[in-house]
Amino acid sequence: MSHAEDHEGTRRDFLYYVAGGAGVVATGAAVWPLVNQMNPSADVQALSSIRQDVSGVEPGTQLTVKWLGKPVFIRHRTGAEIQEAQEQDAEGVDALPDPLARNFNLNADAPATDANRVLPSPEGEAPGAWIVQMGVCTHLGCVPLGDAGDFGGWFCPCHGSHYDLSGRIRKGPAPENLPIPPVEWVDATTIKLG
Amino acid sequence: MSGIPHDHYEPKTNGEKWLNSRLPIVGLLYDTLMIPTPKNLNWWWIWGIVLAFCLALQIVTGIVLVMHYTPHVDLAFASIEHIMRNVNGGYMLRYIHMNGASLFFVAVYIHIFRGLFYGSYKAPREITWIIGMLIYLMMMGTAFMGYVLPWGQMSFWGATVITGLFGAIPFVGEAIQTWLLGGPAVDNATLNRFFSLHYLLPFVIAALVIVHIWAFHTTGNNNPTGVDVRKGSKAEAEKDTLPFWPYFVIKDLFALAVILVVFWAIVGYMPNYLGHPDNYIEANPLVTPAHIVPEWYFLPFYAILRAFTGEVWVVQFASFITGGIVDAKFFGVLAMFGAILAMALAPWLDTSTVRSGKYRPMFKWWFYLLIVDFFALMWLGAMPAEEPYATFSLIASAYWFAYFFVILPILGVIEKPEAQPETIEEDFNAHYGKADADATPAE
Repeated sequence: MSHAEDHEGTRRDFLYYVAGGAGVVATGAAVWPLVNQMNPSADVQALSSIRQDVSGVEPGTQLTVKWLGKPVFIRHRTGAEIQEAQEQDAEGVDALPDPLARNFNLNADAPATDANRVLPSPEGEAPGAWIVQMGVCTHLGCVPLGDAGDFGGWFCPCHGSHYDLSGRIRKGPAPENLPIPPVEWVDATTIKLG
Repeated sequence: MSGIPHDHYEPKTNGEKWLNSRLPIVGLLYDTLMIPTPKNLNWWWIWGIVLAFCLALQIVTGIVLVMHYTPHVDLAFASIEHIMRNVNGGYMLRYIHMNGASLFFVAVYIHIFRGLFYGSYKAPREITWIIGMLIYLMMMGTAFMGYVLPWGQMSFWGATVITGLFGAIPFVGEAIQTWLLGGPAVDNATLNRFFSLHYLLPFVIAALVIVHIWAFHTTGNNNPTGVDVRKGSKAEAEKDTLPFWPYFVIKDLFALAVILVVFWAIVGYMPNYLGHPDNYIEANPLVTPAHIVPEWYFLPFYAILRAFTGEVWVVQFASFITGGIVDAKFFGVLAMFGAILAMALAPWLDTSTVRSGKYRPMFKWWFYLLIVDFFALMWLGAMPAEEPYATFSLIASAYWFAYFFVILPILGVIEKPEAQPETIEEDFNAHYGKADADATPAE
């Protein structure tokens, strides 16, 4: 270093930045595992897929099952309920607080018509007889009550969100329709979630 | 460390000198305990000691409760019953810990509103105020997580609703919520981390309390007149102050004894009065209780959270100008945290040069209305989310914000304050007659 005095500053600056940079990287590397350990663990993350026999769900009743730690509403609608849901449809989806279907099985921009929210019916049943949705209020995550509220569908007792017979938000603080999870029929009486 | 001139610790014996030259801890404790304190402090100034006591009480009872509690979703609820039925004196320890949290919040609210009335937040005590607000936030976090541990219905659903607040943050909300919960819903991972943090945070609070005390020992206490202690000389300062020990310690301990009589009456005769019966039902993720109510000390801010629904024009306006990023849900969250932030900003929002509300004829009434507003919000937070409560909540929330963001800034400009005493001594003498020899501190 004795013979390069004019370079000494630059060299020191370089070492300073390298040391500082290494310190920042090392700190980040040390902190990340501490942050990441809080993310869902492998057993929680393991993709959960469940099959549910719905043969016992009579029209006009609802079955609640637990999937991924949350309730799922499986509702078998009566003819009158289907009709009422479709009548609510007639007002047009743009008049709804949330005009999107929120159906995992459809495109993200699908409109919130009743037809886009229901599960395709198995053979021999009226279209729109089955609707499967997450039983988690989109406001702050409470479980809404069935057969309740101003629109005949679901009502969240926590902060007063009213959902209609298609699970669409109509009134109250919740911003979105009840989400529809990945769901399909595996046979005439069994539904697969996930 | 105080700006007020006073006698400092002088090591006398050889042993004291030996220690002092290596670790001046005795001097530090002596100066802290003998800090000159304005001699006109009234009974509203006792709550700091009550708060320190509460923190110690909660830490001590908490540590022993942990010796019997099991943080697992299958065992937590049963382990609470084990504490209640089997552990020697376990029911008493748990009831003290439960009600201790309530006493803690009673004390902190009185302490905060005392500061708001007497202008304790104003220069030069802004740092004390900000640290205090941080302590208050940590207290809320600790209390919330503690309430989850018994794993009852209110524990579970309270946790679901409150962590759902983070889900309202645009774009990253859901990822943050999952990260906080350790899964898609409140479950064992959530219970475990809440237990860990519930144990940790009180010690962080304890550290902040030391900083809080350090800050106001540097500036000196505020007092009911808001007039500064004279700091020209030790003799002058002594006319306005008395040492903390023994004068204020004994006064505060007397007050604490009276408060503890009431506290023990509640612990002994109505230990569940402030709790919710639903929390004696084990947590069930498939059934929401008909009416989720937070603990009483969260109710005012819970009411603000719920007040801003999609029908409110302010919410619609915010949604419009942000292109829908701020929806009703996020707005409610912002409002709730904003209500606390408003308090924290009080030192900069209050434009009045007069500290104490005693000498502010208009301020007084607005302040009393704020107290009424606080209780109104507390009542509304416990009511179901329907009319007429929704409208009342909105009005009460609006006043909370108006007080800090409109009334405090304007009052300082338009209000004509009343005459303040020249000195603390003058105020003291006006109340208690001419100071006599007894009131002078013994050297």
